[in-house]
Amino acid sequence: MTALFEVKNLTIDIPVPSGMLHAVRGISFEAMRGETLCIVGESGCGKSLTSLAMMDLLPTMAIRNAEKMTFQGQDMRSFSEHQMSDIRGSQMGMIFQEPMTSLNPSYSIGDQLTEMLIRHKNASRAEARERAIYLLEKVGITAAASRLNQYPHQLSGGLRQRVMIAMMLMCDPALIIADEPTTALDVTIQAQILLLLAELQKEFDMGLILITHDLGVVARVADRVAVMYAGEIVEAGTAEEIFNRPTHPYTQGLLDCIPIPGKTARGAKLGAIPGIVPSLVGVIEGCSFRERCKYASDACAKPGIELVPVSGIVEEHVTHDYRCVLSADQCVENLAGNA
Amino acid sequence: MTVNTSKLPDPATILEPSPTQLLTRRAFGHTGLMIGGGILLIMLIMALFAPILAPFDPYDQDLAQRLIPPVWHDKGSWGHPLGTDNLGRDYITRIIYGARISLLIGFSAMLISGVLGTALGVAAGYFGGRVDMVITFLITTRLAMPVILVALAVVALLGSSLQIVIWVLGLLIWDRFAVVMRSATQQIRTMDYVTSARALGCSTLRIILSEILPNVANALIVVATLEVAHAVLLEAALSFLGLGVQPPEPSWGLMISEGKSHMFFKPWVIAIPGTAIFLLVLAINLLGDGIRDVTAPENRN
Amino acid sequence: MLIYSLKRFGVAILVTFAVSVITFVLLHASGDPAMAMAGEGATQEDIEYVREHFGFNRPMLVQYIDWFVRALQGDFGISIYLKIPVAEVIAAKAPITAILGASALTFALLISIPLGVLAAMKPNTIFDRIALTIAVIGQAMPTFWFALLMMIFFGITLRILPVSGNTTWQHFVMPSIALGYYAMPAIMRLTRAGMIEVLSSDYIRTARAKGLRPRTVLFKHALRNAIIPVVSLSAVQLGFMLGGSIIIETIFSLKGLGNLAWQSIQRSDFDVMQALVLSIAMFYILLTYLADLLNAFLDPRIRVS
Repeated sequence: MTALFEVKNLTIDIPVPSGMLHAVRGISFEAMRGETLCIVGESGCGKSLTSLAMMDLLPTMAIRNAEKMTFQGQDMRSFSEHQMSDIRGSQMGMIFQEPMTSLNPSYSIGDQLTEMLIRHKNASRAEARERAIYLLEKVGITAAASRLNQYPHQLSGGLRQRVMIAMMLMCDPALIIADEPTTALDVTIQAQILLLLAELQKEFDMGLILITHDLGVVARVADRVAVMYAGEIVEAGTAEEIFNRPTHPYTQGLLDCIPIPGKTARGAKLGAIPGIVPSLVGVIEGCSFRERCKYASDACAKPGIELVPVSGIVEEHVTHDYRCVLSADQCVENLAGNA
Repeated sequence: MTVNTSKLPDPATILEPSPTQLLTRRAFGHTGLMIGGGILLIMLIMALFAPILAPFDPYDQDLAQRLIPPVWHDKGSWGHPLGTDNLGRDYITRIIYGARISLLIGFSAMLISGVLGTALGVAAGYFGGRVDMVITFLITTRLAMPVILVALAVVALLGSSLQIVIWVLGLLIWDRFAVVMRSATQQIRTMDYVTSARALGCSTLRIILSEILPNVANALIVVATLEVAHAVLLEAALSFLGLGVQPPEPSWGLMISEGKSHMFFKPWVIAIPGTAIFLLVLAINLLGDGIRDVTAPENRN
Repeated sequence: MLIYSLKRFGVAILVTFAVSVITFVLLHASGDPAMAMAGEGATQEDIEYVREHFGFNRPMLVQYIDWFVRALQGDFGISIYLKIPVAEVIAAKAPITAILGASALTFALLISIPLGVLAAMKPNTIFDRIALTIAVIGQAMPTFWFALLMMIFFGITLRILPVSGNTTWQHFVMPSIALGYYAMPAIMRLTRAGMIEVLSSDYIRTARAKGLRPRTVLFKHALRNAIIPVVSLSAVQLGFMLGGSIIIETIFSLKGLGNLAWQSIQRSDFDVMQALVLSIAMFYILLTYLADLLNAFLDPRIRVS
């Protein structure tokens, strides 16, 4: 199966007064049709910038570079703004973090939904309206027809995010990128929206890239997971692998931070990763996590630690890569020794 | 016990720059502020030392030397660097003395409107409710009245003099002070330090003087500069129409008015005093914008 | 929405009333209408006769009430110089000032909104700097001086525009520019600030993520939101322009309300001055009222709630 979207060695640099901020430091991943890829990491690890880079919506001062960047086999690096705008919304949709501010306050829901179909598919107003109603119903909005005349300020955050999802589905895109779509919502609404996204992804057979810092979310919907730290992917693989055999000490630390009902004893201490994310200004030699890693040694400071397959302990068709000087066995043993 | 201070490192090298140092550094790095401040300083020196700096007496007429062009003109000479007016009075002298009138009226009118507007604005912002309603109504009413028209009518009826122009302008342009101070006070009033001062039983006057005013000072300074510029422009307009400063005083607006009948063939008679007004107002505005940028860089533009 | 507009209307009426009181008191406290009416060279007896005959010796409150009752019936007195009813004089002169104000505002908007938008699209570039420089210079230029410089340049040096009168449309070009230029810096700055804020908003990112064409993003999604505060400002500026018309109309000899005001001031024509201040104030109040309604119409957050 060919990848829907593929990027190799993506870097995003932002000039700041104190030098060059290397926000994303050479990451590679691919997204498949009919599959959910979760990109996980703390705030500031570069995951949101990565998603904006895919849509070519980075702030103007950010510099994007990649060895390879293809969408449905086409080289995106050579696209003009005009070509990009033809793809955006029609084949590649994006859902943002802030439903409260992501809809234009001056236009009705109907207008904002239909304008996409009119723009990309030359649809008539009536056709666009019909599809908008169909999709609003699909995302679980009642009285869809009358909602079309409402304005964003009349809807709650959860409803607005549903509208946002419906909007991005208008042109039946191949890939949807959702950047922390539930962070700004009430906890009770979060699950609904996520399950909705997962359902729609299956129903419309789309690729879904879900960007989040919430591992609970990942566990429920991910097919594959990429863990980012300080602008790099430190571990990537199928969801099953990542959750059953977390290898990189950072992934282990992250998983240790969430309580698992039944497993975590009442009153037991939850894990915490000490220290803070290193400054991304300038070059980081060696492992970026070593300052916070309890297994760190002198070897970690040496440059050239690559993302390598976790060999031996997995079956052949299952991918699982990690970026650490320790052997995978050692890592897994560390985790076992800790528990 | 003695402490050997020589072993301690110089505090300046280990401490972050103090707010004052930061402010000074930012101020000197701000081009607009420096240019505005520089021009204004020159104007202030001109105004203060006019009798020393000016080569002639501003009222001395010499009908044999009428409408001499400035020095860069073919027929100009260094005898009268900026030429003379239609009564043969030396132009550079009148420009230098004119700075006195502009600055005097600008600053005095600003002070009057500043006291009035700030008092109203702070009262509206601090007390809120009915007081706010009444004062907001006053501001709206004031804004509805055309400044130049009212000023001209009143000055015309009262008869014009420097004092009357200052008072009329001062009593007319307090609106911006009131508007800005009102909203600044509203913001500060809800701050914890004001609440705690109130909890400590401080009197209203004391809270306004020691808690509110120091914290709206930056905004106040910015509005004050804008209003000096505003008053300078209004005085020039009034004098130009013949209802401001009266002849033979060397007001820049009046000089333009007096030169008007010669302007088509001797354009410098209006170009020179006009440039003086323009530069002064520009300098004050640049200074005001600069102060705003430097004291609150987050509120740029 | 209806209650809101009624409330605003009530305030507008009150402000109009307050302006009429303040103007009446100001004028009558500053000068003596009897003296003005009796004319130059009148004897003390003549003045006293006029004062008695026209009731200027009554308490000011009584005089005001008298004026107010007549004003409510549309009678704003008689011009002592022109000897015709004030309402007629004003009605005759108003069209010229209306044309001047409308064309000045149009000029200001046509220049300052595109300039503000362009400056906002490319902040901190040369282009932005040029726009800001124009604004800073504009704010420091005395209107009357700018008008005179234009007269010299266009009227004498280039000889392409007439310098005084109001018979052809060309007569309105320079006055409109001179008057409009005064409003440009404020409108430009507000447009720029509004556009910068809107362009960095989440919904513009959404609009781009939807793949809309750049001009749709800019005009439909960004400008529409950034323009809302500009509407109010334009109304206020137009109000100020009417006040400023006194200078411009005097310089260019346009026979509109500004010119009438200037002449009435010189003639101490009390009733005309009172009516002029009041009508300019009323127009300003009406403008800001309409701007508020237009704002509410443009912003669904106010309109639909």
